[in-house]
Amino acid sequence: MTAALLVATALMGLAGTAAGAIAPVRFRIALSSALTIAACALGFVVGAEVLHSGHAAVVHTTTLMPLASFSLALDRFGALFVVITAVVGICAMIFRFGYDGQGLASRTASSILPLFVTSLLLVPAASNVTTFLFLWELMAITSLLLVLTDHARRSEVQVAGQWYAVMTQLGAAALILGLVLLATRSGSQSFAVIAVRSAHLPAWVRSTAFVLAVVGFGSKAGAVPLHVWLPRAHPEAPGPVSALMSAAMVNLGVYGIVRVGMGLLSGGPAWWWLLVMGLGALSAMFGSLHSATSKDLKRLLAYSTTDNVGLMLLGVGASGLFADTGHRALALLALVAALLHVVFHAVFKGSLFLSASSVHQAAGSTDLDQLGGLLRRMPVSGPIFLVGGLAIAALPPFCGFVSEWLLLQSMLHGLPSGDVAIAVAMPIGVGVLALTGGLTAFTFTKAIGIGLLGLPRTQDAERAGEVGRPMWIGAGLLAVLCLVFGVAPFLVIPSVVDAAGAVPGLHLAGALTRGWNVALPGVPGMLAPGLVAIGLVGFGGLVALGRHLVQQRPVRLTEAWGCGRELQTVRMEYTATSFGEPLTRVFEDVLSPARDVDVSHLAESRYYTEAAVIHTTIDDAFERRVYRPADRMLVRWGAVARRVPNGSVHRYLAFGLVALIVVLVVLA
Amino acid sequence: MSIMRLRAIGRRLRARPADIGDPDRGTPVVVAAAKRLRGSLQLRHVDAGSCNGCEIEIASIFSPTYDAERFGIRLEASPRHCDGLLVTGPVTRNMAAPLRKTFDAVPQPRVVVAVGDCARDCGVFRGAYGVEGAVSDVVPVDLEIPGCPPDPAAIVRALRGLAGT
Amino acid sequence: MSTGWSITSMSAISLLQVVLVIVGGPLLLGFMRKVRCRMEGRVGPPVHQPLLDLRKMAGRERTRPEHASWVFPLAPVVLVATTLVVAAVAPLLATDPAFGWSADLFAVVFLLLLGSVSLALGALDTGTAFGGMGASRAMTIGALAEPALLVAILALSVPAHSSNLPTIIIRSLAHPAWLATPERVLALVAFVIVIVAESGRLPVDNPSTHLELTMIHEAMMLEYAGPDLALVKLAESMRLVVLFTLLADLFVPWGIATSPGPWHLAVALASTAGKLVVLGAALAVFEVTVAKLRLFRVPELLAGAFVLATLAVLSTLVVP
Repeated sequence: MTAALLVATALMGLAGTAAGAIAPVRFRIALSSALTIAACALGFVVGAEVLHSGHAAVVHTTTLMPLASFSLALDRFGALFVVITAVVGICAMIFRFGYDGQGLASRTASSILPLFVTSLLLVPAASNVTTFLFLWELMAITSLLLVLTDHARRSEVQVAGQWYAVMTQLGAAALILGLVLLATRSGSQSFAVIAVRSAHLPAWVRSTAFVLAVVGFGSKAGAVPLHVWLPRAHPEAPGPVSALMSAAMVNLGVYGIVRVGMGLLSGGPAWWWLLVMGLGALSAMFGSLHSATSKDLKRLLAYSTTDNVGLMLLGVGASGLFADTGHRALALLALVAALLHVVFHAVFKGSLFLSASSVHQAAGSTDLDQLGGLLRRMPVSGPIFLVGGLAIAALPPFCGFVSEWLLLQSMLHGLPSGDVAIAVAMPIGVGVLALTGGLTAFTFTKAIGIGLLGLPRTQDAERAGEVGRPMWIGAGLLAVLCLVFGVAPFLVIPSVVDAAGAVPGLHLAGALTRGWNVALPGVPGMLAPGLVAIGLVGFGGLVALGRHLVQQRPVRLTEAWGCGRELQTVRMEYTATSFGEPLTRVFEDVLSPARDVDVSHLAESRYYTEAAVIHTTIDDAFERRVYRPADRMLVRWGAVARRVPNGSVHRYLAFGLVALIVVLVVLA
Repeated sequence: MSIMRLRAIGRRLRARPADIGDPDRGTPVVVAAAKRLRGSLQLRHVDAGSCNGCEIEIASIFSPTYDAERFGIRLEASPRHCDGLLVTGPVTRNMAAPLRKTFDAVPQPRVVVAVGDCARDCGVFRGAYGVEGAVSDVVPVDLEIPGCPPDPAAIVRALRGLAGT
Repeated sequence: MSTGWSITSMSAISLLQVVLVIVGGPLLLGFMRKVRCRMEGRVGPPVHQPLLDLRKMAGRERTRPEHASWVFPLAPVVLVATTLVVAAVAPLLATDPAFGWSADLFAVVFLLLLGSVSLALGALDTGTAFGGMGASRAMTIGALAEPALLVAILALSVPAHSSNLPTIIIRSLAHPAWLATPERVLALVAFVIVIVAESGRLPVDNPSTHLELTMIHEAMMLEYAGPDLALVKLAESMRLVVLFTLLADLFVPWGIATSPGPWHLAVALASTAGKLVVLGAALAVFEVTVAKLRLFRVPELLAGAFVLATLAVLSTLVVP
């Protein structure tokens, strides 16, 4: 039954693609979005059923692709990701009904978007190498085309598309190499067979495959140092697309690392997982630092995705490390913490990206220095953004708090195990978690405070109004889930535990929830998020009531106190750049901001300044120090190499001879 | 740690401020304020154009000699935190609007204390070209402390009357 | 995790803790100001002066900037509510107040962070340069104090095998030798530095400064008046009391009530008051003797606290 539903999901997605390609303009958005919502709903049903029952949904056909079989087998672990994608997809498509910007109404975009969503839904179900790579590439290409939707209108989109194309293909190349290596060495391309035979492969094959998989999946997840496409591609993509990319596509990077490292290869030596933890720690710190000092809202959210992916990888790495040293229960706890963070990140990041698009449509810009005062002008979208921001900052009573707590607990309880690698890695992990937690709170105080609160800094912000109903319903559904999962995480945790338990070799003694609370089995540790919410509301109500009773006069609306200054303008309000300035100074060595001062003088005299403009740019350190030099080096090599084929037939014949000799030597 | 050093610390711990005298419990405004404030008075000092002679006396009322803080009297930075204004000097033309804004910023019910002869009736600066008028010409004044400058003990007596301590 | 205490006694303990924090906070601040004044050679205001100030402030007019949203009046409420939740649930006087089993050290930190974030948002809502400046500085210091705080909590949690507050306290009571271990001493120093930073005391922030450019915490409440201001000032004092009491209970837990009898609670009240007096006097004397740190030196101080906390964690692993 579930197999049939899985096929139906795929077919519905294809129907959406066809609708987007064929339908006339009037019905195009509505029809393709509706069919995509239907596909997501079917995917949700399949995923939920597989999670609940534990029976995999299997689809196998050899007639679809020549020379290879198309095989899907959705187990509980994959089902979790399908459910996440389905929920985010539904909300993004609802949002799209009201979204009237950036070329998403074109035939190309309307047909590619359902295809993208379908590939996202099916990748976790792929069960052999060919199917996986086919769906992975489909996902990559469709997302690239969607990022380029607006390329005719803005040149930054083209640059973003180039970076994205190169990085995604580099990652895909690493993936193909790794997976094909495993498949050829194991003698079969089916994941199930590889999982059984991989234990007998030589260590260098396993390690090479794992490192290649980490590179490939890490670049898709946006882990540092392979993240450089994220801050460029996410802001340039249209709203629903960037929400899907950040909340559904990067999850598949984490899915891949766990699937290959723990599923296909059944765990490995400690250095694998220390590598993953190291990448995670680096991503978390780098991403949180850049989002804290970024003034463009969408770029801030993109770097925040890198930050959260780092936290997920920290959890995955810790889990692998515990499994390698024999602590199976702890390994499952760490994996559950990481997967729970995947779920919650999808919910709040999806909501934040959709809200950011609402803000863009209402106020005309995502530059925080041009926003302000939007909470009063957007009475529904504003609080939705506020909820998303508080959730991502891991503040109670929202969901980020629960996953952050679980991650901290898994690190804490891993410490006394006595292993040296763990003893060094766990305190570093906690330090990284703490620093990124603090920086994320800083970042979203900035985003909410500068963007939504205070006075509007431009005329466009002043004229902003509430966006259409589909837009805030889409973003609002995810925001409501932030609150619901934060107060009642017991709704989600058992499913996540089941999903993590599907990875072979891990089992947990005892449930992770006790009633309404989160309880660690076997060790003293309890979290009562529902109680915290009730306490906050209860005490808050009492305090507000007390203040109301004590009040003797009505509240007086006045001008803000400005030291008696006569000319108080909105220019005196803090901007995002000024808000982040102390932090920029503290981390100056890491960020290396470039400052340019441009002074223009009056025509009459060089001693009088007419205007002084200061440009401060904080660009990505990896881009500046690794990628651009590499790019320049490649261009230089290319220039050298272009001189080699000079048109002489003799030289080409010589090439052929040398190549033949080399091949003969190698084969001998 | 010599004996003299220990004696000096001991002297400091046994604080003996100067004798202030009884507070002025005068006008109805002051009595009403005292009943409302009951031992807690925060004021925002505004220099509306003074020569700083009164400022020196106001600074010294918070020194260990007069120690006005023991009566619950404090100066605060934001007028929103205050019960009223402590204004010195005649109001110059440039300070008239800021003084009015500061007065508006104080939550109701608010008092204004005019310290020194200049604040009461422009003092020696009466008729000068830069002076708008006395403080009472710009904001309503509830308590005046005469003197050029007033004795710190007199300032403390007047403020004690307001604070009700 | 239940210790079998009756629900009425647990609720009474929680109520007693809340009252202690609400009344004791201003009293602690008043006592600290008295110590400072005596050291300066003055008599100073009476110890209950902050309570007089709060009573007066509650009766004054509330003002609000015209362009501010509902975040501005909500922020003080959230700030006080988060501190009250911690005061009710954390084991301040006894090891098992109502819902004490849910008192997790990490949860306490995140709850207090919620309060700080809400105050920063309220300050940004005023649309003034002061509010932005205070929020920016306070959030920077909060972000940099988080690593030191959480790693110090890790150092405390590892020997007790749990970050659950009652568990740590009960196990500390059972192992008096833990007090002298290097990890405890290092974690104590780290905690003290973080508490000074988070509650806005010298040398990080001067709570009685009048110069706006030197303000951190004070700048965020410049616009609040009347009952809102009373709530913000009350929250400031409550947070100091809660943090000091937690510090005392985690490192020197003797005196805390391990059973709900009235005699035990009286002893707990007296010992907590004694510990607060000692801590408050020590902080006040320290504040009189040091000058405020330049803002860009504070990250160095917090980095030092982080190093100490990391050393504390490493010494839990080295020392068996």
